[in-house]
Amino acid sequence: MNSAQSKCLQLPEAVAKFVTNGAHLSIGGFTTNRNPMAAVYEIVRQRKKNLHLYAHSNGHGADELIGGGCLTRLEIAYGGSGRFAPTCIRFRKAIENGSLQVEDYSNYQMTLRFTAGAMGVPFLPTRSGLGSDIVNRRGFNPDVRQEDTRLPDEKLIVMDNPFGDWTDTRKLVLVPAINPDVTIIHVQKADPTGLARIQGLSFADVEQAKAARHLIVTCEELLDPGMLKEQPDNNQIPPFCVDAVVHVPHGAYPTACYGYYDYDPVYLNQYKEAAPDDERHQAYLEEFVFGTRTHAEFIEKIDPEQLQAIEADKRTGYAVGLDRR
Amino acid sequence: MSDYTLREMMAVAAAREIKDGDIVFCGTGISMLAAMAAKYISAPNSTIFFETGAIDSKLEEVPLAVGDPRVMYHTAVNGSLADSFATMQNRFTGRRVVGIMGAAQIDPHGNLNSTVIGDYSAPQVRFSGSGGACDVASFVQRTIIFMQHEKRKFVRKLDYLTSPGWMDGPNGRDEEGLPPGGPESVITNLGIMRFDHTSRRMFLDGFYPGVTPRQILGNMDFGVETDHARPVKPPTHEELEILRKRCDPQRLILGA
Repeated sequence: MNSAQSKCLQLPEAVAKFVTNGAHLSIGGFTTNRNPMAAVYEIVRQRKKNLHLYAHSNGHGADELIGGGCLTRLEIAYGGSGRFAPTCIRFRKAIENGSLQVEDYSNYQMTLRFTAGAMGVPFLPTRSGLGSDIVNRRGFNPDVRQEDTRLPDEKLIVMDNPFGDWTDTRKLVLVPAINPDVTIIHVQKADPTGLARIQGLSFADVEQAKAARHLIVTCEELLDPGMLKEQPDNNQIPPFCVDAVVHVPHGAYPTACYGYYDYDPVYLNQYKEAAPDDERHQAYLEEFVFGTRTHAEFIEKIDPEQLQAIEADKRTGYAVGLDRR
Repeated sequence: MSDYTLREMMAVAAAREIKDGDIVFCGTGISMLAAMAAKYISAPNSTIFFETGAIDSKLEEVPLAVGDPRVMYHTAVNGSLADSFATMQNRFTGRRVVGIMGAAQIDPHGNLNSTVIGDYSAPQVRFSGSGGACDVASFVQRTIIFMQHEKRKFVRKLDYLTSPGWMDGPNGRDEEGLPPGGPESVITNLGIMRFDHTSRRMFLDGFYPGVTPRQILGNMDFGVETDHARPVKPPTHEELEILRKRCDPQRLILGA
């Protein structure tokens, strides 16, 4: 392959090019797994502002973007990181002090919204949420929807089944498509053309990737062109969807990357200690994010023994017996 | 002095609710322990599945979130969010699913709040939000709910209705257009509540050893029928061994 066809970029370039201030962004992963953390930290490092994030349950990644002061608006289903933060800490603070506008959906509704975006239709129907306040209440001020043409006028719409009572269904919730300006996902394997392979659960990464105007793929391993095509059944993202490929080992750290490393309980507990207090949180950002120039430098700050402790076991894909207290 | 904790009692009480052959949807936390324990106790042929898309995970270690890589090991299928929620919305498979979930507030008809305390537009306390809870509560045949028994949590009216239960009574779900089914039991740190088949209102079904119905009523903001309440059988030695040795030896969820 000649270099003209290569989509490989360094992370700072990729973020500078595609994540502009005010961009509508979505990130892959789920709670403490396969969040594109290297990209998240680079967005914080570049002090991006006024981003609009679409999230289902992108717990730790979303919380770091909020803590980094990068978001003004958030559409989300779940702001939690499992046992490390049943409610994400900076997420909770930002909503309680009114500095973040939020619109609530469910995980399936968000998944359908990305799917609609990926399919090129304006909405998809579901029976989820009928009678709930997710359907009955609004988070964003209507002005926000008028001012930003990238947002639909309505959060969602309830309608009668246009096919009568076909499938014993009377009513449906229509949820609007999402087309982010940029989606960032972290995968196990990719090649310079952009072809990408996710191992383990894909969460909603594939739908998020295909719904986006631009897609950045960060990867643990960058393989020679052609190698991934030897097992095509295991690949999910075709090259033409991808704008930039970035090789970032430990690119999901401190969240997990199935088959490579586990989430790091030491780091996540340290974050849990720092995040509730503005001063301690600022010191944390200074040390780990603003105090490092690249993700490789950030990883150098982590105790090598701990990196070894979270290394995935070949049989199970996670770190067996890891002390997760 | 009992030789088990209330959290252990809760996990065992919920595990006993799971029937052999159930497809068990679990959320984060104690519901995972209940589903794991049920596989060894009463429901060896149940299938554990997660909203993240993992179906029939072999849980050698307890996951700390539904996105934990531990849910991906030795599954039947590693799918996606789209698959797992479709399985619950599906008119055939959804009828076989029992969902286990928790919340910050519950009302007399089993509707749940996991979003805010106070005014939604300027909340006093913000919680995680629905995640998949609203989806599960909307779709599946039966749900089991975990709650801490406190006055501020068992409320007449929710601050925000995140996940639909029986809505306002027997026809509530149908009037909203929701699929049939709804909350079956509420497992708390003091006892077990169920829902009357006619009124779909909560009643006290069981209280744990050392707890009285009066004490339970004292921890609720609304009254419930207690006439049918019976003592709940304490965890057996075997149930405790399973929970402690096979499910959560690090006591990550069981706590101290």
